[in-house]
Amino acid sequence: MWQLMMIKRYVIAWVYGYLLINHALKRGVRLFTTTPGKSIMTTTTSSLVHSPHFLEGDEFSIDTFALLKQDGSLYEGATAPDLDRDKALRIYHAMVFTRVLDERMLAAQRQGRLSFYMQCTGEEAAVIGSTAALDDDDMIMAQYREQGALVYRGFSCDEFMNQMFGNERDYGKGRQMPIHYGSAALHYMTISSPLATQIPQATGYAYGQKLAGDGHCTITYFGEGAASEGDFHAALNMATVHKVPVIFFCRNNGYAISTPAVEQFAADGVAPRAFGYKMRVIRVDGNDMLAVYQATLEARRLAVEQNQPVLIEAMTYRLAAHSSSDDPSGYRSKKEEEAWREKDPILRLRRWLEGREWWSDDEEKDLQERLRREVLETMKVAQKCPAPPLESLITDVYDTPTTQLNEQLAKLEAHIRLYPEAYPKSASRYSTERSAQGSSTSSDDVTDQGGH
Amino acid sequence: MATLNLLQAINQALDIAMADNERVLCFGEDVGGFGGVFRATSHLQEKYGKARCFNTPLVEQGIIGFANGLAAQGSTPVAEIQFADYIFPAFDQIVNESAKFRYRSGSLFNVGGLTIRAPYGGGISGGLYHSQSPEAYFAHTPGLKVVVPRNPHQAKGLLLAAIRDPNPVLFFEPKRLYRASTGEVPESDYQLPLGEAEVVKEGRDITLLAWGAQMEVIEEAAELAEKEGISCEIIDLRSILPWDVETVATSVLKTGRLVISHEAPLTGGFAGEIAATIQERCFLYLESPISRVTGLDTPFPLTLEKEYLPDRLKVFEAIKASMAY
Repeated sequence: MWQLMMIKRYVIAWVYGYLLINHALKRGVRLFTTTPGKSIMTTTTSSLVHSPHFLEGDEFSIDTFALLKQDGSLYEGATAPDLDRDKALRIYHAMVFTRVLDERMLAAQRQGRLSFYMQCTGEEAAVIGSTAALDDDDMIMAQYREQGALVYRGFSCDEFMNQMFGNERDYGKGRQMPIHYGSAALHYMTISSPLATQIPQATGYAYGQKLAGDGHCTITYFGEGAASEGDFHAALNMATVHKVPVIFFCRNNGYAISTPAVEQFAADGVAPRAFGYKMRVIRVDGNDMLAVYQATLEARRLAVEQNQPVLIEAMTYRLAAHSSSDDPSGYRSKKEEEAWREKDPILRLRRWLEGREWWSDDEEKDLQERLRREVLETMKVAQKCPAPPLESLITDVYDTPTTQLNEQLAKLEAHIRLYPEAYPKSASRYSTERSAQGSSTSSDDVTDQGGH
Repeated sequence: MATLNLLQAINQALDIAMADNERVLCFGEDVGGFGGVFRATSHLQEKYGKARCFNTPLVEQGIIGFANGLAAQGSTPVAEIQFADYIFPAFDQIVNESAKFRYRSGSLFNVGGLTIRAPYGGGISGGLYHSQSPEAYFAHTPGLKVVVPRNPHQAKGLLLAAIRDPNPVLFFEPKRLYRASTGEVPESDYQLPLGEAEVVKEGRDITLLAWGAQMEVIEEAAELAEKEGISCEIIDLRSILPWDVETVATSVLKTGRLVISHEAPLTGGFAGEIAATIQERCFLYLESPISRVTGLDTPFPLTLEKEYLPDRLKVFEAIKASMAY
């Protein structure tokens, strides 16, 4: 018996060892076999040289594509993209909406009405200009500072507020921190806090779109800091190897929280990395809506028509803090911020619109007032809306709750009934259920208890 | 019915899944023309084309990130990680992304179509990095399903169920059994249930519980015990997450004794979770402490692999100790 066992184990080990060695050998053979005129180790042929000359990378320099000057006029020799008045105003409205939302919500956070917020301020042209160049059914897989893309696609003020207050009308059922929006209807993937995870997912999503053959692509947004994550490399490499219709949109806004871009990489920004993947790349003035729009339009054409993934590096600046929990005065100067405030992308586009007589001071005033009012009114409603029901703790973990989850919920419910005052959000629902069976308790009482 | 080994059964399951649904894709390192280093994906590229069965660059986090995106898009990716030991670069994508995709979006999006296959386990002179059993890491992550088959018949039925399950599934394949385990496998398309254990053999005195390659070990230990007049009930847990508490508890209520065995180290191993749950459910019925026969709390060794592994003799001793308690 023992001998048999020994032999059996030996055979298994041998079979396994053989598999590995055989595999390694085959790889080796492949490496050292060359077909004349064609390399199997690289995608191009390489000449022989006989002195050790190192390349430094400075052989390449990447220009910045820009169309619109800060005074609202075009650079000499620049041509504005083909944008009609309606589209230009849709873009502009989205930019202003984003700015107003950001100002109001940061204020709300400071007042203690909201736990957390992140502003897009200074980057509106980069985010909205690129989204506007897509088909509205193209997929967006964003990082977290791209609320402008959702605004452009028509996410309502109510929808923003419900997410931020995590109430029962939030699509995400109050599970994520404020600003983690998502919308299936608007093809905007729900935000995930871990950085860069969305980038290889975008490659996969776009591969699926390519197989589906319906002419759509995916755009993924990320910062220059997130581009240091391994997921960035994985995503770009896989995208060119598999010829995937995806646009990698880097918002190089100068800072990853406090770390300046110059401490993030030694190279000339993120764009040169594209060469390593043999990917099409363009650098664009991220505060120039027209340039961003045109660059993305062209990138989309390459992606959808030729299955060429593209890297766009938009040079911009995060005018606001990283988040409501951050204080930039600890790592950058007012002078630097002021210099970038002069390059405000919204003001630049507004001047261009005014130059074409598509926009006026009065219209600006009306828009600002209307948006401010809308934000404040919807905020009040969302804040009063009850928390999601207790069952939402266990739903969506799996397609249906497991036996264990149902048991855990039942136990939790029993506990909450024992100490209702300790769990007001959920306990109020039980009192509502009871009063619904009995009599009184107005709906106002219920929302007040369940609000926040 | 044909006699197949475990690899052939897996290959057949993938073949059936790809024929049945054109949105099923198989990919990973060396998975394409070569058919995988173990040949689990042999001939799939020939049959279904390079677009549906292909090599990826050597980047596990990329493979699973890509697979998450594909699944979110509505495809049914079956991603291979060449060895379970190399799944860790993809840990973030699995634990923070696959597992939470549906929950964090309130079910707007999900990656339910995703299946991740990975050969796991020791006994093949693989040393530290070709032997690990990482199921417990993933069992700690709500949102995932974790499945381990014990033989060819089980592998085919469970893999087909995993691919079609509307949740992300980690499917750990016992590579020691890839060619060593053979058995009758129906040629038809069939599925075996996820989340359900199977009582492989009924008995009176003691319950033995394991999964995957360790099933063979506890069956051999049971043979030794039977010779001493001990009647063993043998259960294959099959799914580690979610796991079938009811079947195990029912058995232990009957036998009053439980030995759990896995190759992974003792501390934090899944046997600990089972022991805690079963003592809660069966406290007054237990005749002896629940026993765990596992690997040591060390990295997986090479030369002393035999000493490290929870073999039939160690399980046999645990059975006797439990009976004599």
